[in-house]
Amino acid sequence: MRVTIRLFARLRDIAGASDFERDVPAGSTASTVWISLAREFPDFNAYTDAVSTAVNEEYAKMDSTLSEGDEVAFLPPVSGG
Amino acid sequence: MGVLAFVVTADPLDLSSIITLVERRLEDGPSSAGAITSFLGTVRNNSRGRLVERLEYEAYEPLAVKAFRRIATESAERWPETHLAIHHRVGCLAVGEVSVAIAAASPHRANAFAACRYAIERIKQIAPIWKREYFDGGDVWVEGATADPEDDEARQTAFRLACV
Repeated sequence: MRVTIRLFARLRDIAGASDFERDVPAGSTASTVWISLAREFPDFNAYTDAVSTAVNEEYAKMDSTLSEGDEVAFLPPVSGG
Repeated sequence: MGVLAFVVTADPLDLSSIITLVERRLEDGPSSAGAITSFLGTVRNNSRGRLVERLEYEAYEPLAVKAFRRIATESAERWPETHLAIHHRVGCLAVGEVSVAIAAASPHRANAFAACRYAIERIKQIAPIWKREYFDGGDVWVEGATADPEDDEARQTAFRLACV
């Protein structure tokens, strides 16, 4: 199935793209997508314990199961204000 | 014209418009304002021993607006009849520019102060917004809290800070 991945701040810089589509196996979770991204972009590994995720513009748990067409965002630690 | 309560924008922030907004929201209820507090976050000229030249803010806008709304709901549960508005800037900001504007209106000053402080502490915990510091010789993304709106410990920390 196809999902859209969105990245922000340093994660976007590391990947060199803010959003892109990926084919992932049915039953994928935010976590399994993250693990595959970390294989592609090894600098992501430093964020594995600190990253947050959002699915379809709502905060979600890393073990959330994704569906066809979902947008999954990975958020490094925030620094607004 | 409709000023919205929770906004992420590349335009300069206007505090007076959100003060008017929270005052009017409160007046829709039984009590008018006895106190209005506000907070402006501004770009400081130094950070961790370095001179800052400018900042760049980035947001996941739809989720940031939802986070602001969630913060206002949490605040209203704790401090009834206290209305919040939160506007956050994105893009490039020079030293001294306003990055975030918050207004709180309440019948009572203690609640207005507390809600305003709570809002900025929660923004720093859960708003999907990032700043990049540009200084002489480089730049760095600032990374603070892992955003988790369900983290009750973080929420209690914000409540404690709001009530000191």
